[in-house]
Amino acid sequence: MASIWRYLLAGLGLAALLVAILAVVFLTAPRSSLPAGPDVARTKKTDNGLYVASFVPERGVVRQGELESWLLTLKTKTGASVERAAIAISGGMPQHNHGLPTSPQVTDYLGEGRYRIEGLKFTMSGWWQLRFAISSGAGSDTVLFNVVL
Amino acid sequence: MKRLFRFLALMVAVVLVGCGKPDFSDAEKKTIASLALSSLPALKPDTTNHFADVPAAAALGSTLFFDQGMSGDGSVSCSTCHKIDRQFQDDLPQAVGVGHTNRRTMPLAGVAHDPWFFWDGRRDSLWAQALTPLENPLEQAGNRAAYAHYIKARFGERYERIFGPLPDFSGMPLNASPLGNDAEKAAWNAMSSAQRDAINGVFVNIGKAIAAFERSIAPAPARFDRFALDLATGAEPKGDAVFSKQEILGLKLFIGKANCVTCHNGPRFTDNSFHNTGVPPVAGLPPDRGRIDAVHQVEADPFNCLGAYRDGDVAACGELRFMVKNAPQLIRAYKTPSLRGAATRPPYMHAGQFSSLDEVVAHYAKAAPSVEGVSEVHPLELSDRERAALVAFLKTLSE
Repeated sequence: MASIWRYLLAGLGLAALLVAILAVVFLTAPRSSLPAGPDVARTKKTDNGLYVASFVPERGVVRQGELESWLLTLKTKTGASVERAAIAISGGMPQHNHGLPTSPQVTDYLGEGRYRIEGLKFTMSGWWQLRFAISSGAGSDTVLFNVVL
Repeated sequence: MKRLFRFLALMVAVVLVGCGKPDFSDAEKKTIASLALSSLPALKPDTTNHFADVPAAAALGSTLFFDQGMSGDGSVSCSTCHKIDRQFQDDLPQAVGVGHTNRRTMPLAGVAHDPWFFWDGRRDSLWAQALTPLENPLEQAGNRAAYAHYIKARFGERYERIFGPLPDFSGMPLNASPLGNDAEKAAWNAMSSAQRDAINGVFVNIGKAIAAFERSIAPAPARFDRFALDLATGAEPKGDAVFSKQEILGLKLFIGKANCVTCHNGPRFTDNSFHNTGVPPVAGLPPDRGRIDAVHQVEADPFNCLGAYRDGDVAACGELRFMVKNAPQLIRAYKTPSLRGAATRPPYMHAGQFSSLDEVVAHYAKAAPSVEGVSEVHPLELSDRERAALVAFLKTLSE
């Protein structure tokens, strides 16, 4: 009789092992293609801390392959709106070694530190970078936003 | 006891078989769905062409598309190179009209979804594109004054029903164009600006009619689309919607390790952009630097979106307003072609450099450097089995 218990124990052990293997497989399965993605915060301090910038799509969603306009909002450290800033835009895809497929530009100042940027186009999925060089009475500074599609 | 072991062994076997079944991750399924023809959005209205969706304009455009009278010597039409029974292309490495060109004829399925036209994007609308071969001495080799006279003589009534009264051509030369031979240029320069504008107006409407016709040329669903639909709905694939193991491997490589989908994305398998992929030049053809030289051509084109012949609002001109004008990435960059139907229309690339898909795949795996500028392609280890699988998958876009 003792041998039956031994077999049963062995059976339970095997089942437990199976559950453990399955747990490991499922828990370590990749959840996304970019497990350690770049910082995709939409609001950031500029590199030298002169401004707080936020960068959001004007229509709320990002659509691949379409010309889009985004809004860049600039505030000073104290929260005041930054008006009449000169803004230069560049960027690209660091993993594909190419720049932006379009030349986005500031086309309008909407008040309260908000600038409309037209002509953005994300032609492929992946990691994009947008760099802004900002110049106003408060000084010159730069900021980089990551956009992952 | 033996029974217990058998039961456990069976359980293990069931689990292992389940894991080994060919399957796609959620990310892969999302990518596959984005490539299916069912995700192609409806054609947007072309506000720069008031006649884009006018049936009578499309009908006149189709007449003109197939009319050899629309050429300098009466021997060439749009359809000479854009052959209706060959996906609107000609199977030649470089197109042959009145003369021998330096570029491969592009197929036309879904062309109205493009933001840029020609391999280098030197035109920014379908109607401005249609005008260009008409006056190219190697293609239709005509001149705009002659086309305007021809329209009046041959299709005057049809034209006027769509576009309104034709201008009075009395006193205008029979042959004149700013792009023609010396005599045609001299005749053009001798015309008043009102006369030039009148000729340009008729010429532009020819382009707008041909564009209206071309908007009807749409891609047809392929085996891949039936497979993708079943994958998305969870239905059991039947008939030719079943993919072989090789085709599934090819699809996984296409959207994974081989990085094809980076540029060949969306339901038309193109990002509508321009890339240097190190495709070699063809000996004997004139120098060809691709997009970098086209930027100035589209800016200078009087028929571009910002010009006087656009209908509608300037808001439609975003692509031209925000185009990249001067960047090293434009050197020897060419448009990403759609891959739908590609397997049955060799040769490949902008001047027909490769005669088979095997050669294309070998080119991208090797990633040879570009003769000028920098290729965006990186070398890739692909086994013979994997290369064959990629080609097998590409064929599912043509069946």
